[in-house]
Amino acid sequence: MSEVDVATPATELLKRTPLYDMHVRLGARIVPFAGYEMPVQYKDGIIAEHTHTRTAAGLFDVSHMGQAFLTGPDHETVARALEALVPADIVNLAPGRQRYSQLLNEDGGILDDLMITRSADPDEDGVLMLVVNASRKNEDYAHIEARLPANVRLLRAENRALIALQGPQAAAVLSKHVQGAADMPFMSAMTTTFNGIDCHVSRSGYTGEDGYEISVNAKRIIAVAERLIDHAEVKPIGLGARDSLRLEAGLCLYGHDIDETTTPTEAKLNWSIQKRRREEGGFPGAAKIQGELAGGAPRARVGILPEGRAPAREGTEIQTPDGTPIGKVTSGGFGPTLNGPLAMGYVNARFAEPGTPVVLIVRGKPLVAKVVSMPFVPHRYHR
Amino acid sequence: MTVRYSKDHEWISVDGDVGTVGITEYAQGQLGDVVFVDLPETGKKLEKNGEAAVVESVKAASEVYAPVSGEVVEVNADLGANPATVNEDAQGRGWFLKIKIANPSELDELMSEDDYKAFVATL
Repeated sequence: MSEVDVATPATELLKRTPLYDMHVRLGARIVPFAGYEMPVQYKDGIIAEHTHTRTAAGLFDVSHMGQAFLTGPDHETVARALEALVPADIVNLAPGRQRYSQLLNEDGGILDDLMITRSADPDEDGVLMLVVNASRKNEDYAHIEARLPANVRLLRAENRALIALQGPQAAAVLSKHVQGAADMPFMSAMTTTFNGIDCHVSRSGYTGEDGYEISVNAKRIIAVAERLIDHAEVKPIGLGARDSLRLEAGLCLYGHDIDETTTPTEAKLNWSIQKRRREEGGFPGAAKIQGELAGGAPRARVGILPEGRAPAREGTEIQTPDGTPIGKVTSGGFGPTLNGPLAMGYVNARFAEPGTPVVLIVRGKPLVAKVVSMPFVPHRYHR
Repeated sequence: MTVRYSKDHEWISVDGDVGTVGITEYAQGQLGDVVFVDLPETGKKLEKNGEAAVVESVKAASEVYAPVSGEVVEVNADLGANPATVNEDAQGRGWFLKIKIANPSELDELMSEDDYKAFVATL
């Protein structure tokens, strides 16, 4: 027996998050991921962890992700500096609110996707918090720093750790430790305390469920994580279930569903480009993306549901029923909530309409499938 | 009945000239939740160490190799509806296929249960 998929080579020097020892104590299976030793699953396995997150609450260690602050004299200055790099409207981002966006190259290709949060604290006017992907953080920071005006600085928050609490019980659990947590709107953030420990909490995540991300000083994160898993409703969840959850939620994974060769418009992330930016442009690749917004992109990211039980993995060729290649699967696997296989990928835009029949070539055999709208499992964000 | 093991974590239980093939308890533990098993057609000729089946977990697809050469005479149809049987009983109800053994001397190249246990302990 041999595994077909290969993760990070084991030879490279791997880092550990502050929660590494806790993962091991809880029985995690550790794998190399984006330069870190991360838990892929605990004893119950990926399906049980996935289902637990959808029905109760899951705790995820996402400390490998990059946290940084962009700081300058005032919000307008810092927002304009970032708007030169991303297509989201940051100038009109209200205090305590956050947005999902993408760092773009000159062709409109995606260098990384990121979360941008404006501090709620009036004393921190001119501070934006950024969360970027682990696999991209060094490139992102170099890219951003090279393009900042003299009065705006990027500060890496290397001393901070990050956990996500996700699922329908997340609000009830977190409210026992953080005052006002249950009242926070989706995509809002606040600086607060968790049992007296300073932290930054946002109502967001990447599972499609209601939930929070909690940023804490690395030295205090263990105390926060342990208090959370003390609750019967909360179980630790590994990267395996994080991937199946985000796939069912129709969310992109950087390096798979989006990369430098895909534009936000092809990736169907149009919702993340606000009206003012669509009209004014002023971001890298604006002319190309504005053209695609107006006239359509040549290809599109779509959801795909295969018939039967066989999963179609990343790289699987997508064909028309008469055998013409029209695209490739970029993420595919098994959805525990769907209880069946699911995939996303890019197809020629003429075949992007939900209901379009397609064929997936899995190990040389054609597998009947169809294009479907995403998410595969409805989002349950707290609106 | 003799049971033999491969370094690739397949087992074969021999009854006369027919061997029942599956993956080991160790292998199912490494794979995690099995969600699909792609089995060969009955009648297919398999080469020793050639691909016999593919087992898919939530995370990845893994190839299963034939521990000996021969012809597939039966596959475990129950795995289509219940792939998790591989996790529940890898060396029993979770068998993959039965093979008519072409060359019984190939069995000698496989490990005994004790040797396999010692091999797994080194991993």
